[in-house]
Amino acid sequence: MVDNLEQDQEIDLEEERVLDAIAAELPGISRDVHQLIPVLQKIQHIHGYLPLGSIGMVAAHFGIPGAKVFGVATFYNQFRFNPPGRHPIKVCLGTACHVKGGEIILENFTRRLGIEEGETTKDREYSLERVACVGCCALAPVVVVGEKIESYVTPSKVEGVITEIEIQNEIAEREKAKDEQQSDSE
Amino acid sequence: MSSNPTPSELLSELTQAAEKQWQALQNPAVPVIYVGHATCGRAAGSQETIDGFKDALAEKGIEAEIITVGCLGHCYAEPLVTIHYPGFPPLMYQKVGAGEARVLVNSFLQRGEDPCFEYLLGALEPNDTFPTLMDYPRYLYEKRVIMDQCGLIDPHSLDHYLAVGGYQALAKALEKGDKWVVEEIKSAHLRGRGGAGFPAGIKWDIARQAEKTPKVVICNGDEGDPGAYMDRTLMESNPHQVLEGLSIAALAVGASRAILYIRAEYPLAVSTIEDAIAAAKEHNLLGERILGTDLSLEVSVFQGSGAFVCGEETALIQSIQGNRGMPQYRPPYPAVEGLDGLPTVINNVKTLSTVPSIVRKGSHWFKAIGTEKTPGTAIFSVVGDVEYPGLVEVPMGVSLEHLIFEVCGGIKDGKPFKAVQIGGPSGGCLPESELSTPIDFDSLRQAGAMMGSGGMVVMNDETCMVEVARYFIDFTQHESCGKCTFCRIGTRHLLEILTGLTKGEGSDDDIAELQTLSEETIIGSLCSLGKTAPNPVLTTLRFFKDEYLAHYREHRCPALMCRNLIAYYIDLDACARGCDACVACCPTEAIFTTSNRKKAIDQEKCVKCGECVYACPPEYDAVFKVSPPEMIPDQGIKPLDEKKEENNE
Repeated sequence: MVDNLEQDQEIDLEEERVLDAIAAELPGISRDVHQLIPVLQKIQHIHGYLPLGSIGMVAAHFGIPGAKVFGVATFYNQFRFNPPGRHPIKVCLGTACHVKGGEIILENFTRRLGIEEGETTKDREYSLERVACVGCCALAPVVVVGEKIESYVTPSKVEGVITEIEIQNEIAEREKAKDEQQSDSE
Repeated sequence: MSSNPTPSELLSELTQAAEKQWQALQNPAVPVIYVGHATCGRAAGSQETIDGFKDALAEKGIEAEIITVGCLGHCYAEPLVTIHYPGFPPLMYQKVGAGEARVLVNSFLQRGEDPCFEYLLGALEPNDTFPTLMDYPRYLYEKRVIMDQCGLIDPHSLDHYLAVGGYQALAKALEKGDKWVVEEIKSAHLRGRGGAGFPAGIKWDIARQAEKTPKVVICNGDEGDPGAYMDRTLMESNPHQVLEGLSIAALAVGASRAILYIRAEYPLAVSTIEDAIAAAKEHNLLGERILGTDLSLEVSVFQGSGAFVCGEETALIQSIQGNRGMPQYRPPYPAVEGLDGLPTVINNVKTLSTVPSIVRKGSHWFKAIGTEKTPGTAIFSVVGDVEYPGLVEVPMGVSLEHLIFEVCGGIKDGKPFKAVQIGGPSGGCLPESELSTPIDFDSLRQAGAMMGSGGMVVMNDETCMVEVARYFIDFTQHESCGKCTFCRIGTRHLLEILTGLTKGEGSDDDIAELQTLSEETIIGSLCSLGKTAPNPVLTTLRFFKDEYLAHYREHRCPALMCRNLIAYYIDLDACARGCDACVACCPTEAIFTTSNRKKAIDQEKCVKCGECVYACPPEYDAVFKVSPPEMIPDQGIKPLDEKKEENNE
């Protein structure tokens, strides 16, 4: 419980920082309402998500009701309202991927990571989403991990993808520990 | 005035330098390596291939030039690499990973000795030694108009595009004038490739004659159809062709603003187009006073936020205006009153990409390709269970059978053909009996499918038609904007019935309800999303009714796909003692060892992912699928008692 509380507080602090950054950026942008979607895209591009607090700020910037901004943001699939994980996982469920078992792949990630689609793991390491089509249908089923597209994914490969990230993390941690040790000894 | 150079003269100055560079590339002094580096190439690992080449070349100290190109459409063979070694014809290699790259450098590039036949796909030019790509049915039967240069030129190089005749159509159009262009496109009978097939020339003429100014042209690259990616490929592989088409459209209708509406999910297409815009502007091919004429065009990119309905033109306009993308009642048509009430022409990427060749080569040339009612070519992304999936461009009017079996090599692994789904969520599933249907807008619509954006998923007998219908309704249900009741709630009910069927629940009444509800949704919806959403249900009901009946009457999925209606078991006779292949792969640890040291599946734990089928070595092939689940034979399985075994030892 204590852990969760600390994590939640950390997220709140982070969100405050994000909102401050948005407040600083907004005045430089045109108030033409045609810019509404590009502005939302920009916020998401920089910060990874749209904090709920940002909706009101954007509405005030354009002089339109907050409900309208929220309506637009929730209409489009692109926008998310919780921070993504360090390794966002997008499972393609386009036609070709579906026929080749994309749903089973999604299920395997759900089971392995213990989160449902649209959620982020508590440690913020992974987030899981489904996407309509990434346009690599000939390589189905496809999963996008971070920037990398994994093709011909099978349940065993799901395990492999996660294990690879875990190994990379562990290597990074060891390197860090080594560096710290070195700088300590110096 | 006569001292001013004409657009053609200005262009030829640009082209001359480009051609020189291109000529040098055709007769290279050092080896040139072309790597397909569009999204599908990258997915297959083309970055590793490039790195592999670079490392190996550096190690051996070989001088060579690496050029990244777009996508040829041969997705099955990615990463594709073409090597032009001095003295050899350009040779294309398939599935070149980092390791193959190293081998190619060591055995071919180092001394020009062994051209590695084992990875060779074919030569790009006729020659005496190597088979050429034209020897393959894929090339022989294809007719490339739109994708002519895709995968052969560097999309980031304006010079490459200029050298292969780029922007000459624009110069010609500027000299001939707007009226001539509209007439030429009209007489070519170019129909919009976005799905509906409305004649582009007529659309342009309406906008041209509209009085309000300024006018707007929009390139619709909001390819939301799951299973279609040709627009993305065109934007990534030949962006200048899209821009040239867009400028010609702007000239024809008298527009001063152009917007490229591209899905935000296509980051590479967005950046490639943005680079191309900057390059074209720099050389006066876009922007102010294009090629010294009065035509000025302000071009911008708008990123679509991933709503399928925004492919519909009025919804697309709404989203640019900062609203929820909900379609509006037509008329007024956008060509009369569109973006901000201004006359707006919206054309698909493929339509605009066709325009330059029509203007350059004339409408007669274009009309000679395809059928009388629908001249030109069609691009399909043929995916699913075919031997050679990828993008295919064929003349309109060829049959589905020809496309699937001859051009794309037929069904993978010699399995039987079951159905082909055409046109994505708006299209339908056609069975074998409809394979003779010619490919064009009208014939496909008559058969119950739709050209749509050109997505084509070929399915073998392991795909359940009820599940496919459920999948598409799930998609359209999610993407329905909610404006029309029938589309919003009708699709929801359809989805509930179909979901029930895939679990073996349903009745004769449900089938009747599917039919009437589908028909009513078509009547009761405003835009094409709702009007075509029930197509997958209607066509599967029409052609595969037996399958529906089997689901709720016998609780059986004939294709063995619906997971609630199937079960896996391991045949003890075929299973080998001591083999653990399936145990290691099972994600839920559902496989246990039996008393005679073979393997069995705990049905309670099994999630039916099918991984054990692939893991089981082919020489045993012991995992079987049955439907309904009660069909599992009783093999008298007892789990191995490990304690007892230990005691014995």
